[in-house]
Formats: sequence, C-alpha cells, structure tokens
Amino acid sequence: MTAFAGSQAFIGLVYLIASALFILALKWMNAPPTARRGILAGEIGMVLAIGGTLLQLGIDGKLEHIAIDYQWILVALAIGTAIGVPLGLVQMTAVPQRTALSHAFGAFCVTLVGTAEFYLGTPSIPGFKMSVLCVEVILGGLTVTGSLMAAGKLQEVLPQRPITYKGQNFVNLALLASAVIMAVYLVHNPGATHLYPVMVGIALIVGVMLVIPIGGADMPTVISLLNSYAGLSAAAMGFVLNNKLLIVAGALDGSSGFILSVIMSKAMNRSFTNVVFGAFGQVAASAAATQEARPVKSASPEEAAGILAAASKVVIVPGYGMAVAQAQHKVRELYDALSKRGIDVRFAIHPVAGRMPGHMNVLLAEADVPYDRLMEMDDINGDFPQTDVSLIIGANDVTNPAAKTDQSSPIYGMPVLDVEKSHTVMVIKRSMNPGFAGIDNPLYYMDQTLMLFGDAKVFVSNIVKELSSTHS
Amino acid sequence: MGSTLIDGLFVFMLAAFIGFEVIKRISPLLHTPLMSITNALDAIAVVGAIVLVGRHESRTALILGMLATIAATSNIVGGFLITDRMVKMFKSSRPTKP
Repeated sequence: MTAFAGSQAFIGLVYLIASALFILALKWMNAPPTARRGILAGEIGMVLAIGGTLLQLGIDGKLEHIAIDYQWILVALAIGTAIGVPLGLVQMTAVPQRTALSHAFGAFCVTLVGTAEFYLGTPSIPGFKMSVLCVEVILGGLTVTGSLMAAGKLQEVLPQRPITYKGQNFVNLALLASAVIMAVYLVHNPGATHLYPVMVGIALIVGVMLVIPIGGADMPTVISLLNSYAGLSAAAMGFVLNNKLLIVAGALDGSSGFILSVIMSKAMNRSFTNVVFGAFGQVAASAAATQEARPVKSASPEEAAGILAAASKVVIVPGYGMAVAQAQHKVRELYDALSKRGIDVRFAIHPVAGRMPGHMNVLLAEADVPYDRLMEMDDINGDFPQTDVSLIIGANDVTNPAAKTDQSSPIYGMPVLDVEKSHTVMVIKRSMNPGFAGIDNPLYYMDQTLMLFGDAKVFVSNIVKELSSTHS
Repeated sequence: MGSTLIDGLFVFMLAAFIGFEVIKRISPLLHTPLMSITNALDAIAVVGAIVLVGRHESRTALILGMLATIAATSNIVGGFLITDRMVKMFKSSRPTKP
C-alpha cells in the first residue's frame, strides 16, 4: 500500500498549494490594482486541483484495478464549460441574477454529491459522516431553491412583491426543525432510504419559503446570506469527503458571505438575528395613509443644466433606478461634461444601493467612471454641507432624512446619505409614487429640493445636451 | 473518525479566521467581483463530483456526478470570466502605474 499512500500524499500536497493560492486570490482582490493577479492565482489553484484529482483518480484506478470513466468526466467538463461561458458574458446589469443563479448551481453540485454519497454508502454510513452529510444536503438544498427564487425575482420572471403571512417564521422554523429531526433519525438509521428524499424535499421547500417574503430592497442581504450558505454547505461536503481543500474553500466562501451580510444588514439597520431568521421585507405599509398633496418644486433639463454648470462641487447619488433605466453611460457623459468645466464631481455609494453588494460600483466602472471618484457613505457624508448640488438618480430610501428624524418611519435608524445638507438637491424620478418600500421621502418637499420628473436615461442625456450646446 | 473530525474542524476554523481577516480588508468597490470569485472558488466542489463520475460505482452515482460536474464547471468558467471582466473595468483617473 505504499504506492497508495504516495498518491494520497501527492494529492494532499497539490491541494495544499491550491488552498494557499485561493487565500492569495482573495488577499489580492482587496484593491483594483492587484485584483487581476488575484483572479490568476485562483485560476492556477483551480487548474492544479482539478488536474491533480484527475491524476490521482488514474493512479488509484490502477492500484485498485478499476476502470476510470475519463470520457464521461470530459463530457461533463465540456458541457459545464459550454454553459459557463455565456453565464460569464452576461450584461453587467444582469449580474445580480447571474450571481444568485451561480449560488444555486454551486449548492446544486454539493447537494447532488451528498446524495450520491448517501446512496453509495447506505446502509452503513458512520454517524459522523452521516451527520455532516445531512448538514451538507439541508444547507445545499435550501440554497438551491432559495437562490433560484432570488434569481427569478431579480430577473422579474417571479413576482417581486414580498409575500408575507401570519406565522411565517413559525412555519419556516417548524419545517427546518422537522428536517433536522429527520437528519438525527438518519444518523442513527442510515439505512432509512425512504426518509432521505423527504428530508431533502423539505430543505428545498424551506429555501422557497425563506425567499418568498423578500422584496427587492432586501436582495443585497439575501444574496450575501445565500452566498454564505453555499460556502458552508461546500465546507460540510469537505468534511464528508475528508477533503481539506474543500473545507478551506467553503470556509472562505462562507465567511465572505457572512461578512457581506453583516455589512448589508448594518447598512439597513437590521440586527443580524433579524437577517438570519429571514424576517426581512416586513416593512409596515402605514406610510400611505399620511399621503396628502404637498407642493414640490420641479425643474426642466435646461434649468437643471444651468444649476449644475454654476456649481463647483457636485455629488451624484445613484440607486437601483439608474440600473433599471440603464442610465450609467449617460451619467458618465454628464460626469465628463461637468469635469471638463472644472467642476468637482463625485459619486456617493450607499452600501445597499442596488440589488447586490457593490452593484453601483460595477455599473459605473463599466461606464468608465474612474473608481477613485466613487465614495463610500462614511467618507462622503461629512462633505455634503460643502456640496453645491446633490443629484439623486433612482435612489430613494438611502437618501431619506426621515431615517434620522422620524421615529415612526419603518426605516428609522438606517444610516443614510446626508444629501439634504447640500445647497441644492435634485432628484430624478419618474413620478411622485413612493419607492419600493412604500415610504414617503420628506426630502422631496424641502425648500432646496428640485424634482426632475422623467426617465433617468432621457433626463440625464437632455442635461448633457444642454450643457454641451448652450453653456460651453 | 474522531481525529478526522478534529482535523477538519482545525482546518475549518483557521480558514474561517483567515477568510474574515482577508475579506474585511476588501474595498466595498469590489464587493460584487468578490462575490463572483468566491463563487468560482467554491465550485472546487467539482473535485468530489469528478471522483464520483470517474469511479462509476453505480448508475445513480454516475448521473448525479455528471450533473454536479456540469453545474460546478459552469460556475468555475463563468465565475472567473465575469470576475475578470468586472475587475478590468475598474480604472483610476490618476495613472497609478509606477
């Protein structure tokens, strides 16, 4: 058996190198100048790990005198590549749903491998292996359907409105508890092959139930949370297969998703337990009652262009509305037109602007806005009193001053951008309908606020036209 | 079995701590590419699926392994591809090359 031990040591070494490369990949992802090096490190690690696995499979096959089905592996790798390439080439505005879909794929792989291990091992699976296997498929299963639901809502093939009912959390917890009880039974009776599909089925239902109450504004938190679950299920798979590389990759992915969900939940002023138990989307719809026709001031593209041209410091606040209107390229043109006049233009990015962490940054980078112009909330909030014009494009709740002053507001306590402190505030908005959460924004009725009604893309391009024709 | 569990937990704990420390430092600028690259790295689960297919211990295991390999490979290929596309877009207004 020395040759066998030798092959184990070989693959162990390959996996060790791959683990180091994965950690380096994330380390180099910390800033744009080194990020591409990080991707390369990740790719090398991946190729090493897959190549090493194929090689070890061949060696073990020789030693154990079994034929290895390389042709089927190659077929699967080829089909996977054929699906992966178009998924890697989607438009930047489709990145949130693509990300949700890939969480589903990752968890799908983990769940299937766990299921195969169960049917190969039953009825004699050691208790330890069976318990981690249950963790793997329960987490994996709920991530599959949860992520598919999220992707469907983001792609707008499913209704985006949050669906809530009384006792929702109780039902979810009861379902989850029943899956756990079945898992405990399976650990003691790993031959219970009829119970296993029931347990996986319940996990799949839990995934659907968890994402049903989620509205669009909560998507950044949910995507991060699903990311974390996908990672943890992969780590559990590493325990089942006793594969340390999988444990490392799963732990890295799990902690990454966890950190992002904490950042997102803080940015929405939700406690972490609130997030873990999926109690999002339950924003009180009471604000509608207080709707009265209050006067707002509106302005035309010409007037807006004039005000912008006279400014010396401008801050643009993008939100999901900019993504929906695909206005990022026009916004870049506006940035160029204003910068050319020597106006200092920066972008204020709220952590939960958009539908996933970092969504706005990617869209603006795609439109060639230099990334050192993109400011985090905490770095720019102090500068609003010295700002001449804040231009809000498709953002609502993240600029709502009621979060700071009105204790009855559903978003009270959520950290927001202090746009109302700037000399002039301009808001591009389709109509006076309140935003997704149905919360009225007192910003719109303030003296220094001008409403620019219209489609974001059209309105911005009209301002740009005005700036380049008359004022230059 | 006990030592395998403890070994695994050791690795998990250390990797989680490293993950926390490394990922905390990542600029919010890159949170979207971060999520897509961790997704690609997570698809290393493909090695488990490949072994299932290669060993072909039962028809069920082969089919499940094939599907799992396809799903994970598409995450690897698509994940690295889109991360690279995103990261390439981030340009500074100041030339930072030394």
